[in-house]
Amino acid sequence: MTNSTSSSGSNGSLFMIALRASIAFILLCGIIYPLVSTGLAQLLFPHQANGSLIKDSNGRIIGSSLIGQSFTDPAYFQGRVSSIDYKAEASGSNNYAPSNPDMLQRTKDSIAAWQAANPDVPVSQLPLALITNSGSGLDPHITPASAEVQIPRISKLTGLSADTLKELVKKHTDGRDLGVFGDPRVNVLELNIELSQLRK
Amino acid sequence: MDILQLIIVIGVLVLLVKPLGTYVYHVYSDQPNRTDRLFGGIERFIYKVIGLKSRDGMTWKKYALSFLLTNIVLVALSYLILRLQGSLPGNPNGIGAMEETLSFNTVISFITNTNLQHYSGETGLSYFSQMAVIMMMMFTSAATGFSVAIAFIRGLTSRGSTIGNFFTDFVKSHTRIFLPLATLITLVLVALHVPQTLQPNVTAATLEGATQSIAIGPVASLESIKHLGTNGGGFMGANSAHPFENPSPLTNVIEILSMWALPACLPYVYGRFAGNRKQGWVVFGAMMSLFLVFLATVYTAELHGNPVLNNLGADASQGSMEGKEVRFGIAQSSLFTAVTTAATTGSVNNMHDTLTPIGGLVPLAEMMLNVVFGGKGVGLVNMLMYAILAVFIAGLMVGRTPEFLGRKIEPKEMKLIAIAILVHPFIILAPTAIAFLTDLGQGAITNPGFHGISQVLYEYTSSASNNGSGFEGLADNTPFWNMTTGLVMLLGRYVSMIAMLAVAGSLVRKNTVPETIGTFRTDNVLFGGILVGTVVIVGALTFLPAVVLGPIAEHLTIR
Repeated sequence: MTNSTSSSGSNGSLFMIALRASIAFILLCGIIYPLVSTGLAQLLFPHQANGSLIKDSNGRIIGSSLIGQSFTDPAYFQGRVSSIDYKAEASGSNNYAPSNPDMLQRTKDSIAAWQAANPDVPVSQLPLALITNSGSGLDPHITPASAEVQIPRISKLTGLSADTLKELVKKHTDGRDLGVFGDPRVNVLELNIELSQLRK
Repeated sequence: MDILQLIIVIGVLVLLVKPLGTYVYHVYSDQPNRTDRLFGGIERFIYKVIGLKSRDGMTWKKYALSFLLTNIVLVALSYLILRLQGSLPGNPNGIGAMEETLSFNTVISFITNTNLQHYSGETGLSYFSQMAVIMMMMFTSAATGFSVAIAFIRGLTSRGSTIGNFFTDFVKSHTRIFLPLATLITLVLVALHVPQTLQPNVTAATLEGATQSIAIGPVASLESIKHLGTNGGGFMGANSAHPFENPSPLTNVIEILSMWALPACLPYVYGRFAGNRKQGWVVFGAMMSLFLVFLATVYTAELHGNPVLNNLGADASQGSMEGKEVRFGIAQSSLFTAVTTAATTGSVNNMHDTLTPIGGLVPLAEMMLNVVFGGKGVGLVNMLMYAILAVFIAGLMVGRTPEFLGRKIEPKEMKLIAIAILVHPFIILAPTAIAFLTDLGQGAITNPGFHGISQVLYEYTSSASNNGSGFEGLADNTPFWNMTTGLVMLLGRYVSMIAMLAVAGSLVRKNTVPETIGTFRTDNVLFGGILVGTVVIVGALTFLPAVVLGPIAEHLTIR
């Protein structure tokens, strides 16, 4: 019955081909492909392949330049709201619908907290983006405007001049990719690392 | 600048259609060409290993049986791996076995190219499962879909009794399209900071002296095939919103083009097979015009923002940034949302649950229509199904036998097409109703009010269209949701695939009718318009009531 002259034989032999093909492609796509990719990636781009980690002078890992961190000290620039508090062993957010009353309450609380911590800056200058939850809960960036409105508070708490801080923010602002893609952004962790060095 | 970056990405896509389509045509046309020398050797080796003795064409029944058997074996083996992952190697973070109904849902989800995820990658899967189950099925399900689409095209455009050999189509999809492209895109993504490592999670001592554990892994190799194969399941829970999966606007553009280019070139491939490229461009034009309307809608809605928050007095000029990432902003987020549900990928770079009601209506509507480019092959097949329906309706209006590509469309084909068109709304709306009638279903809703309706509707629409994105607030990892969405995904994938192969098998045997002055032409703008009209009217008649209860009602309450 097998080996018949018709195209791939009986249904029984079709099953054997399906079984062998499945095993072959589990090996090829599920084992060989990711392992070869890992090997090439580690060889060609080791820094990127291992998570773009930032280390201090002693070689200790401070974090990743791609992953946001939680900043509670008001003398640091603050990142966006994170319902997972930047705990990067997982990721995600509350998925609040636009009509969800809990989100409205959270935003009102954020505005009240902002007013208490930044009495010199009117609420109308506070970018809504800063007090919204990012999708990943790990957004490493804030908008340039979100960094600038924090300068008066940080200047007061650290004694650094507003001009120095402005320069610092400018230095850590990335433009659009290739000049057109995405939005300009400030990396909060990198900004705060340099800020902490100035504060010493 | 927003509009400019959207135009550039769409322009690059349009430029890719012809070269990529020509390449894909040569892969499946089974005529000798230059690339045979490059890939012929490895393919002959694979044919030998899998015991494929004859590479002759198959009847539609044999073709369908072959792809079903292959998919069933892959499902069985993958289920075993997920259930045993705790004791298998490649598990540096010590993750235990996956629960039964969740494993069922996961393997169905990935074999059907849906990639609905009721688990979270960082904590639910070992590295071995991510590779041998998830990445593997991202290849094999995409190759299956692509092969079936090509077989359908052969049925429409050639004569005889066979529609190609499934196993050669399946192997060539891997060796000539998905594996080389995936390896290339993987390396580009790594160069742009997407991690690719087998090391366990990283522990960092943060600037404020706390400890941060950072999930990592072989992310890039999954990311590339996730998009090329229009799969969409993320390595991380937050999917392409996670900075490791999608670190910059540039990687965002690459991921968008990766998932969009192959589905977008298929109409051109179809035109090549039909020997009339205009046929292909008409279908492409219909898809693109629907797409542009959807993109403009979601972009405008998101830029306008959420009135509830905008009224609080803060600076709302940035638009609705809840659930979005700063690096993408409104433009790259809207584009990703429109493309991922058009191409039925289902990856997300922002949380669709948090979109404004009208913004969230766009992905929902694209999945309901399921023809705007569409996933690996399936979108084109669905669109051609509507094309045949449009010809049929137009034929009835002028009172002559409808023809498509010179073949008479008769009751047998129309019955099959009616089944395929009707099963889609049925498997969305019936389970949605069941979910609302039971506590098991209702318990998962996390957003009160009309949005809760949208959450449930979105989940089943995403399952039925094999998209896989979600209004992720839904607490859907329960046996009820795992089983019901699993069944919907199975029906959504295989009923229409088998029906369409049957149509192909029937059309391929028919004699061509000579073209006369009275022939209704299907390669001009008029037909493009009729096609879009048919899609929109059928879609609106079916889904408008459900949509009014969900997103539109929510929109009216928060103005």
